[in-house]
Amino acid sequence: MGPVIEVRELTKRYGDTVAVDGLSFTVRPGRVTGFLGPNGAGKTTTMRMVLGLDRPAAGRALVDGRPYREHARPLCRAGALLDGRGLHPGRSAYAHLLWLARSNGIARSRVGEVLALTGLSGVARRRAGGFSLGMTQRLGIAAALLGDPPVLLFDEPVNGLDPDGVRWIRTLMKDLAAEGRTVLVSSHMMAETALTADHLVVIARGRLLADAPVPEFIRANSRPRTVIRTPEPGRMRAALAAAGFEVTEGPDGALEAHGAEPAAVGELAAARGLVVHEVGARQASLEEAFMRLTADLTEYRGGGAR
Amino acid sequence: MIGSALRGAVLAEWTKFSTVRSTWWALGATVVLSAALGYLVALSLGGGRARGAFDPLFAAFYGLTLAQLALVTFGVTAVGAEYSAGTIRASLAAVPRRGVFYAGKVLAVALPAAGVSAVAAVAAFLAAQPALGPRGVGLGAPGTVEALVGGCAYLTLICLFATGVTTMLRGSARALGILMPLLFLGSQGLGNMPQLKPVMQYLPDQLGMVIIHVSGPPDDPRWARAYGPWTGLALLVVWVTAALVGGYLVLRRRDA
Repeated sequence: MGPVIEVRELTKRYGDTVAVDGLSFTVRPGRVTGFLGPNGAGKTTTMRMVLGLDRPAAGRALVDGRPYREHARPLCRAGALLDGRGLHPGRSAYAHLLWLARSNGIARSRVGEVLALTGLSGVARRRAGGFSLGMTQRLGIAAALLGDPPVLLFDEPVNGLDPDGVRWIRTLMKDLAAEGRTVLVSSHMMAETALTADHLVVIARGRLLADAPVPEFIRANSRPRTVIRTPEPGRMRAALAAAGFEVTEGPDGALEAHGAEPAAVGELAAARGLVVHEVGARQASLEEAFMRLTADLTEYRGGGAR
Repeated sequence: MIGSALRGAVLAEWTKFSTVRSTWWALGATVVLSAALGYLVALSLGGGRARGAFDPLFAAFYGLTLAQLALVTFGVTAVGAEYSAGTIRASLAAVPRRGVFYAGKVLAVALPAAGVSAVAAVAAFLAAQPALGPRGVGLGAPGTVEALVGGCAYLTLICLFATGVTTMLRGSARALGILMPLLFLGSQGLGNMPQLKPVMQYLPDQLGMVIIHVSGPPDDPRWARAYGPWTGLALLVVWVTAALVGGYLVLRRRDA
């Protein structure tokens, strides 16, 4: 089956606040799994528990069948990009990777390799205190790849990156998954996740909302929508409304029938003798699906957890 | 498996220390301050008027009580920098067994600290001799070797004490806020006030002054202590052990 991340009934509390609440899911190899949720949903806390940085109140997290901390050379089992800088400002990029390599018995030559892979060779000897956010992220990714691990966790990897950097990360994630690795990428940016992820784990308020492939998730969490171009928009509107569909006008003047499949719209037009120039299905975006799924939750979030 | 993990942890910690300038400043300053203060204190005490109970060892080693602060800074930042820079998460992800991580940290502090302490103690002694002129002594003088060994042991232990306290408090600023007053409290004279002495004489820096033979003339009741240098060393080991164990308990229990 290959190396997986298994989260079982994981729970974490900070005082009275439940950050992660009985969360269970499995991240499988060979695909990019997007870890989605609003800010404060518990994504970072979950990743930290997977890495043994935070102690769960209940439940457990396994990497390749064992708790992360029981692996002999953990950086060769799982690599992680964590949020925040996490760099000593006075230490060079090379030295940062060197101490990490030495901690896990990784060959020194690997440091140069990951520096080249992340495009940092030219600044390897510069002190990290002067690094831009983008360079810091690249160095974090270099550190994650240092042990050539089969499991990778990235927490908000595109934060602070320029468009080139974002595209670079997107390609990197897909390549890593294509090599058969297990890749978990947290994000609160839907558009970016839609372009990268094959599979989604969606959480809010520390609970699992969905664990599904991206197309299935969108289908399950959006209503069908049909775009209609017609020279008789007034009559078409009336006909659709009479059939019980909500109709809006798109920016380019086309009508959009919500909840309607194209077939239903076509049959309706034929029955009423309406001329149509175009009838087509419109794909909902991941963002729309996500908003729909989490809308009910955000309603009563105001006074609760952050 | 533990063996290779610990080896990796020690190597990683030493790599961290050796790749930031503050380490070299702190270690270098310990030696330079020891030698410079050894010379200057010897010059001011040994040069002029003769007093009854002149102690050439006091003149040579008194400076160590100030130079220790540079080494304490090394012991503090060894852990404190992990929290201020946020590298603690990467460190514990790389070495997730907290005991191994901590043992690596403590060993990587202890070994260079011991080396630097030995150099500092010898440097202080040697630097004092020309300033003492005819009152200078050789290594054969009574108590000299004990004072040198004591100075080396004291400086190393107080550095580890600082590491333990910083691990307990999870930050340099908090640790220095405790350590600076603690290490100066006695030296400022509180240790010699009759009302406070029964307790104060057991503070780490007071133990240190006995260990390195600079607590004052032994025949003067104002300077008298209820213990000798070897007992003092044992008591200091108790302090250091307590600080290190406390640090471990905090590190093991708390989220990174």
